Amino acid sequence: MNSSIFSAAPLSAPHAHIDASVSRVMRWVMAALAPATLYGFWLFGWPAIDLWLITVLATLFGEALCLRLAGRRALPVLGDGSAILTGWLLALSLPPWAPWWVGVFGGLFAAVFGKQVFGGLGQNPFNPAMVARVALLISFPVPMTLWVAPLPITAATAPGFVAGLHILFHGLPNVDAVASASVLGFAKTELTRGIDLFHSLLGAGAPHTAISGFRQGSLGESASLLLAGGGLLLLGLRIISWHIPVAMLVGIAGPALIMHQIDPTHYLDAATHLLAGGAILGAFFIATDYVTSPNTKGGQIVFGFGCGFLTYVIRTWGGYPEGVAFAVILMNTLTPVIDRVMMPRIYGRDRRGTPLEPDRVR
Amino acid sequence: MGLMERIFGISWGVHPDDHKRPAADVPLRRMPLPARLYVPLQQHVGGAGRPIVLVGQQVLKGQLLAEPQGNISAPIHAPTSGTVVAIGEVTAPHPSSLPFAAITIAPDNEDRWLETTGVADPFALEPAEITKLVAAAGVVGLGGATFPSSVKFSLGKRCEVTTLIVNGGECEPYLSCDDRLMRDYAAEVIDGVRIIMHAIGARQALVGIENNKPEATAAMKKAAEAFANIHIRPVPARYPMGSDKQLIQTLTGKEVPADCRAAELGVLVHNVSTACAVHRAVRLGQPLVERIMTVNGGAVGKPGNLLVPLGALVEDILACCEPLGEPVRLVMGGPMMGNLLPHGRVPVVKGTSGILAFNAAEAVTPEAGPCIRCGSCTKACPMGLLPLEMAARVRAGDLTGADNYGLKDCIACGCCSYICPSHIPLVQYFNHAKGELSAQQRTKLRQDATKVLAQARVERQEREVKEKAIAAAARKAARNAARAAAAAATNAAASASEGATT
Repeated sequence: MNSSIFSAAPLSAPHAHIDASVSRVMRWVMAALAPATLYGFWLFGWPAIDLWLITVLATLFGEALCLRLAGRRALPVLGDGSAILTGWLLALSLPPWAPWWVGVFGGLFAAVFGKQVFGGLGQNPFNPAMVARVALLISFPVPMTLWVAPLPITAATAPGFVAGLHILFHGLPNVDAVASASVLGFAKTELTRGIDLFHSLLGAGAPHTAISGFRQGSLGESASLLLAGGGLLLLGLRIISWHIPVAMLVGIAGPALIMHQIDPTHYLDAATHLLAGGAILGAFFIATDYVTSPNTKGGQIVFGFGCGFLTYVIRTWGGYPEGVAFAVILMNTLTPVIDRVMMPRIYGRDRRGTPLEPDRVR
Repeated sequence: MGLMERIFGISWGVHPDDHKRPAADVPLRRMPLPARLYVPLQQHVGGAGRPIVLVGQQVLKGQLLAEPQGNISAPIHAPTSGTVVAIGEVTAPHPSSLPFAAITIAPDNEDRWLETTGVADPFALEPAEITKLVAAAGVVGLGGATFPSSVKFSLGKRCEVTTLIVNGGECEPYLSCDDRLMRDYAAEVIDGVRIIMHAIGARQALVGIENNKPEATAAMKKAAEAFANIHIRPVPARYPMGSDKQLIQTLTGKEVPADCRAAELGVLVHNVSTACAVHRAVRLGQPLVERIMTVNGGAVGKPGNLLVPLGALVEDILACCEPLGEPVRLVMGGPMMGNLLPHGRVPVVKGTSGILAFNAAEAVTPEAGPCIRCGSCTKACPMGLLPLEMAARVRAGDLTGADNYGLKDCIACGCCSYICPSHIPLVQYFNHAKGELSAQQRTKLRQDATKVLAQARVERQEREVKEKAIAAAARKAARNAARAAAAAATNAAASASEGATT
């Protein structure tokens, strides 16, 4: 095929273009993420800030390295903001006081194996941030499930800048003093010990969810209201559509409602499921990734519901306390199939592509 | 409009900045006659006209210059009075800048019309008579399709059309020639609509006008007051509302089947400018020799609408609109579907609705990036296609795959390319793929024809060999028989002589 038509300046109309660009989309998504991120920084202090920074830098480095190996200029591509966003989303899903190498490994893995091996932006079948998170979780389960209780940066006992770097590079001074379980992990552990939810969650020292986001959890997952606000901003700007987020939240809350009604001693309620873990972050920012989600409204509803439902299934009956990352990746594998099956109806044709009957239309 | 559309608004298309004002509000001007007019012989879909004038001949405005050739064609008339100075080739208004035939006229600046006679009461005429008059006046679809109107009339008559849809959508940004026409010539347009209704046997006419043209809507409503079967219908301003299929769906709720003409649904679409040209052709007997076109864009100091003689050069038209320096990009038509012009020395034709001279800021072509599958193109496509999937296949050279995704249903409206945040020239890909596909089809047809001929040749040769063999066998048999007969005769003679001797 003659490749010049793909590289020469276009001769065909249109001669007008909308004032939008990929980098602008990415900038808006970052802006929507910023409040929840800042809240996470405040909640978990300097170690979290350092971890976020090192993860983003590692992702950028991984991307630049691959581009250089491919003989392309790195700077213009890095400028599109997609690598920063990938690193950012990955950092938000990490335990806030995780050691430096978790961020570096994750960032490099996301950029290299999550994205660039497939050919870069637009070519990856799986959400790069979630690929990296899953790789980390499987490879290093201990640091990836070490949650610290919130310790606001303004508190007297919070680690300062130097102490924060120390935690980042040398690990926690006294792990047991600060570490605890998240509500999903706690409920699961207690259930396996034979303690039902009435007793475990009402007991002393039990973690809980809070609408304010003042709870244990990943760096940027806890501030549900701020995340939902950012999501609404993206909806308002029409950067994302409502189909995936709503379907995903319904996919989590629906089964949770039913199962909680059936047996409240063994199944957490819907509100806990929505507020815990990465449900809100996943619904508005992760499952909505353009590249790895279906293209049509119907397909997006199927995809979103699948993400939510699988999340619930993994959380409730799976081996891991949290399942957003697995659910999204599993549904990513189905995206091409969904796109294939749920093609929109073409004007003048029925769903199968056969032309309409003129007599019927008339 | 369907229920969903009424509640949620139209889900297809895009809403570009229209840039129609101030050009639309400036009163219509007549372009002063330039030094030369280059009247192309091909200004319509179908066969080019055949010149019937000679170099050096004096012609009057409206005099026939070229007669139609073939079933689908249109005659060409002199846009002003003057002398034919050449019959040769000029650059076509197309990005290829290929040459095409044109008759050059040196105007005598008197602009003298040929003696014309109109029809006082066209409704007393047979519809076929009107079709004949419109054909003789060289009226073609002035919305841009330039399909000969008379051919469309006959089609409407054949298919029992009940509804005439008059397209006053003008959804392309920058253009306001139809807007201006409806404001200044509403009565003529409505009269043309009535004549077309008579010609095709339609019972009602729906005039769709985008709701960003309140003045035109008011003028048209006033002109149509007296006629109960002509309805002026404002439609939402949404690109591509002026596309036949979308306008029909918005006004009647009917969806045109993929392999069907609108006429088969009892609907026929004509542009408002065409209606006005029909009025002139029938009532005044004047052929189509001039039209209103919009001159607009950042490189035009005095944007507005001009009444331009067909065959005027783009650069001459721009010169009378106070150009602001050299335009960076010249477009004939609207920015969404118009043709890029190689330079300003090309003539305007019947289908030219506007000339856009863009300055550097407007002519920016952003560099294309990778597709991020955001789905904007899918949402914007008025045909319900998946432009991103088709483009991915065209890029990979998989034209059949692109075709399976509905490439043939693409109307090249440009919504997808317009909206793409990665600035991928999707329409360019699709035009390329359509061209390749039709070339492949032509090659295949040729090969099939060759195969049939070759097969016939082989069969003929085999038959000839067989016939020769049969003929040879027959000859041999005849020879043998003759020989045997001769031998028998000799034997008989011998035995007879033997008998005689014994």
